[in-house]
Amino acid sequence: MVFLKRAALTAAVLASLLFLSILLSSRLQDVVFRVVMLSGIAIIMAVSLNMINGFTGQFSIGHAGFQAVGAYVSAALTVYGHRTLFPYLPEGGILPNSVQGFLAGAPAMIAAMLVGGVVSAAIGYIVGLPSLRLRGDYLAIVTLGFGEIIRVVVENTDAVGGPRGFTGNIEEGISIPGIASFFWVYLMVVVVILVARNLRFSIEGLKYLSVREDEIAAQAMGVDTTRVKVNAFVLGAFFAGVAGALFAHYEQSVLSSSFGFVRSFDFVTMIVLGGLGSITGSVVAAVLLTALPELLRSSLGQLGAEFNQYRLVAYALLLIILMLVRPQGIFGRGEIDFGKLWRRRQTAPATVGE
Amino acid sequence: MDQFLQQIINGVQLGSIYALIALGYTMVYGVLRLINFAHGDVFMIGAFVGFYAAKALKLTEQPTLGGALLTLLPVLLLTMAVCALLGLVIERFAYRPLRRAPRLTALITAIGVSLFLVNSAQLIFGADPKFFPSVTPQGEAGTLQLGRVTIAKDQMILVISAALLMAVLTYIVNHTRMGKAMRAVSHDADAAALMGVNIDRVIAFTFGLGAALAGAGGVLFASLTYAKILPLMGVQMGLKAFVAAVVGGIGSIPGAMLGGLLMGLSESFVKGAPAIGGFEPSRFADAVAFILLIVVLLIRPAGLLGRFAPEKV
Amino acid sequence: MVQVRLSRNAFFRLLAPSLAAACLLSVGCKPADNGGAAGGGSAAAGGEILIGHFASMSGDTSTFGVETDNGVRLAMKEINEAGGILGKKVRVDTQDDQSKPEEAKTVVTGFAADPNVVAVIGEVASTRSLNAAPVLQRAGIPMVSPSSTNPAVTKVGDYIFRVCFIDPFQGSVMAKFAREDLKVSRAAILRDQQSDYSVGLADVFKREFEKLGGTVIKDVSYNAKDHDFRSQLAQVKDAEAIFIPGYYGEVGTIARQARELGIKAPLMGGDGWDSEKLIEGAGGAGKALEGCYFSNHYSKDDKSNERSQKFVEAYTKEYGKAPSGLAALGYDAMMIVADAIKRGGAAERDKIKEALAQTKDYPAVTGDITIDANRNATKPAVVLEIQGAEFVYKKTIQPEAGA
Repeated sequence: MVFLKRAALTAAVLASLLFLSILLSSRLQDVVFRVVMLSGIAIIMAVSLNMINGFTGQFSIGHAGFQAVGAYVSAALTVYGHRTLFPYLPEGGILPNSVQGFLAGAPAMIAAMLVGGVVSAAIGYIVGLPSLRLRGDYLAIVTLGFGEIIRVVVENTDAVGGPRGFTGNIEEGISIPGIASFFWVYLMVVVVILVARNLRFSIEGLKYLSVREDEIAAQAMGVDTTRVKVNAFVLGAFFAGVAGALFAHYEQSVLSSSFGFVRSFDFVTMIVLGGLGSITGSVVAAVLLTALPELLRSSLGQLGAEFNQYRLVAYALLLIILMLVRPQGIFGRGEIDFGKLWRRRQTAPATVGE
Repeated sequence: MDQFLQQIINGVQLGSIYALIALGYTMVYGVLRLINFAHGDVFMIGAFVGFYAAKALKLTEQPTLGGALLTLLPVLLLTMAVCALLGLVIERFAYRPLRRAPRLTALITAIGVSLFLVNSAQLIFGADPKFFPSVTPQGEAGTLQLGRVTIAKDQMILVISAALLMAVLTYIVNHTRMGKAMRAVSHDADAAALMGVNIDRVIAFTFGLGAALAGAGGVLFASLTYAKILPLMGVQMGLKAFVAAVVGGIGSIPGAMLGGLLMGLSESFVKGAPAIGGFEPSRFADAVAFILLIVVLLIRPAGLLGRFAPEKV
Repeated sequence: MVQVRLSRNAFFRLLAPSLAAACLLSVGCKPADNGGAAGGGSAAAGGEILIGHFASMSGDTSTFGVETDNGVRLAMKEINEAGGILGKKVRVDTQDDQSKPEEAKTVVTGFAADPNVVAVIGEVASTRSLNAAPVLQRAGIPMVSPSSTNPAVTKVGDYIFRVCFIDPFQGSVMAKFAREDLKVSRAAILRDQQSDYSVGLADVFKREFEKLGGTVIKDVSYNAKDHDFRSQLAQVKDAEAIFIPGYYGEVGTIARQARELGIKAPLMGGDGWDSEKLIEGAGGAGKALEGCYFSNHYSKDDKSNERSQKFVEAYTKEYGKAPSGLAALGYDAMMIVADAIKRGGAAERDKIKEALAQTKDYPAVTGDITIDANRNATKPAVVLEIQGAEFVYKKTIQPEAGA
């Protein structure tokens, strides 16, 4: 009975996502749709980073590097594997916005996400290993270092365009296919939130939290802290890799400059703004910090680059003030419990978990 | 062999700049346990302040080295003063309120300050590269030949000035009362406070000192042969200098100097490495810093000269 | 029966985001008619012709964008003063890409979403052109690059054109000059590994120089964002001449550091050197870059061309200084687009594209322009010598027949 209910719910969610996907990409203004897509990808990045920084308390500030790995690896797959694996995809990379288009792109997208995620997770494993011997600030620098190393390696791999960016195989005219539709992005958003939520409220999740709270005490209680930390990295990196695959196949081009440490800082800012450890916070902050600059830029773009600079300065000031005034972020460590809200009874006053 | 020597000279020169910046990182970390991400941008501001000062004073190329130094000196001192002030302001308004806050919060604030400095600089100075007027004799008169090795006189001045500044710093830290207070606070801030040390004053002084050094680094960097200044120049340099500080052992002043030197030398050698087969190691110069970092940290987790304070439960 | 009663608190927390989403969707939806326009007003389609221009008005290569834009605007002014095209005035909308490829792509996406834009001019740097071109190709808007020389740019698609020569030719120009005029047999190359332009040009130079009997003793890469090039320079100390196909921003510093290392050999470069800021970086006039050479599209000293003289006069009157090669190319690009609109009979994207492809012997300031089957222009190049603060015309090199 429960299974049927769950299956029906899943089917309903998938169907509505598909419906929205086809509807929104033709109905929304280009700028707005772009914001929606980029926000979705940012949410995946933020929530996955939160698993490392928020749940497990590790200082990982090289998260964009994992995204880069996922983006490049998945793009290389769909472009260089075009002839052997996906010959039915158009070479120009544009798919029609219909159910057929979606179905044509689906296997490629799933393959891209899987490969991107898995390779990224492997890198995450390697990055997490130094956590054996390093604590706090030192680990932070090492993660930053890995991010930079990844960027330099990518910039020197001519097969993926080197520093000039990768848009596909120019010689043979095969572009990166634009198969990351709204459906896929938001399906992964739902997945990552579910995974994060299930992790957070499970026994396994308690281990992560314990490592965050007091690592020595956790060790004393028998928690394998190294394994927990490495797992957090692997999990976070996996989803970052998926986000990278989605990003590459939405933009249809990958530029190594999009994955520098400034970008990593953006994600760290998002989760701190939302509240470290709060999934809802990460979602809200990711949307806010992605949508606002894009919308401001496009609506004020006419006023020239000057305004853009003012916006960047204001953004930085806002960040500083936020840290001085409300350092725990918007949600602190809590979440909005939608379940509780739904089951509200007349008598009990509403309390939102804090 | 002479190529090898040449690379060493380049490395020492580059390393001196990294060391100057790294000192600021390490001192602030020592007293506050904070990674001041904005520090690299103070270096950049120093270069710009020096540039505008040089322009205002209408500096032109001097025929002798001594003359060049004399004309640069006021610019250097002015820049150091301005940057020290900047450091004090940043500390007072962005970091002091967060003294008791969790580390990540202070880190984010540091990032915010860094972004603020970079973007303000872009706004005020414009994003186009500016070129510092050359003050030292150029061409033939500006180089020294030692056999097959060429040393630019600029390089010599840079290394000597940096060494002088570092000597002054070492003196301040080891032989003055304020220096003793700095060392006390970095060892155990609460105990120092109990002993009557004015923590706020010490921390402010540390910030100012570190910022002055970074500013000096900026002027030396811009005026002696590097010439091109951009609002974004502090970011990459700052990052590498920071890695240098960590490699040397963050919190340790000799460590920062050593780390800076190591960083400069390794970068120089990698960039100058000849291609082996189809593989060009020079293209990975940027990654060298971090590979070095990871290797060192895995062997000595506290850095080369760092002291690993055991975590007390 | 579950009673659903939300408290005020929870109600607002759910209401706010739902309202926001609803607003977003309703405001964000495209208007029912022609598929939507990007936010921000554009001109009434009836009265004027809108041309987009994306350029690096700020950032590392800002002089490229500013000078090209000056040329484009001068042409626009002249066209409008002569009555416009097909009775309509021309308006150029210049957007700054801050010398960054991602920005170029974003800016061009904005053009692509605007149905009033009938053609786009841009960019100077090949990397930025390469990033923007696919977007315009997909949108079916003709793009005319004034000065991108990397051959890959026009390969992106049939809507992408250029009015300058390409690097396979430019590389051979300097190779030829080095062998024949400077009598150099051992040269070295210092290339910017991050720039399509630099890498492409360096490869061609190497090939051509060796074909002409010379030897490239060392081929080293640098990163334009770096400040210290001494390690790379130390490797090329023994060359008789060093080819540095980079952009003006770093070439000056490289030259200065080269001289400090005791390197006395002449330095050579390509059109990326063309900027008034080039000498500044080298320490001023008469310093590190004195007596060095670079290839370019155009020299204001070239007296053979009457159109060129008129252009130089008009430009100097308008902007108070002599035009650079890039300004001339910007001017030519705008003029050719205008000519294509006239020939095609309408300010419509496809008609412009067809007409552009058929451009033959158009009398442009930088030479007669014929757009070939690959949408490139076959033109001669000039070699300029740096004397003091001036770029002095040295000689013209014609393309080989059939090149």
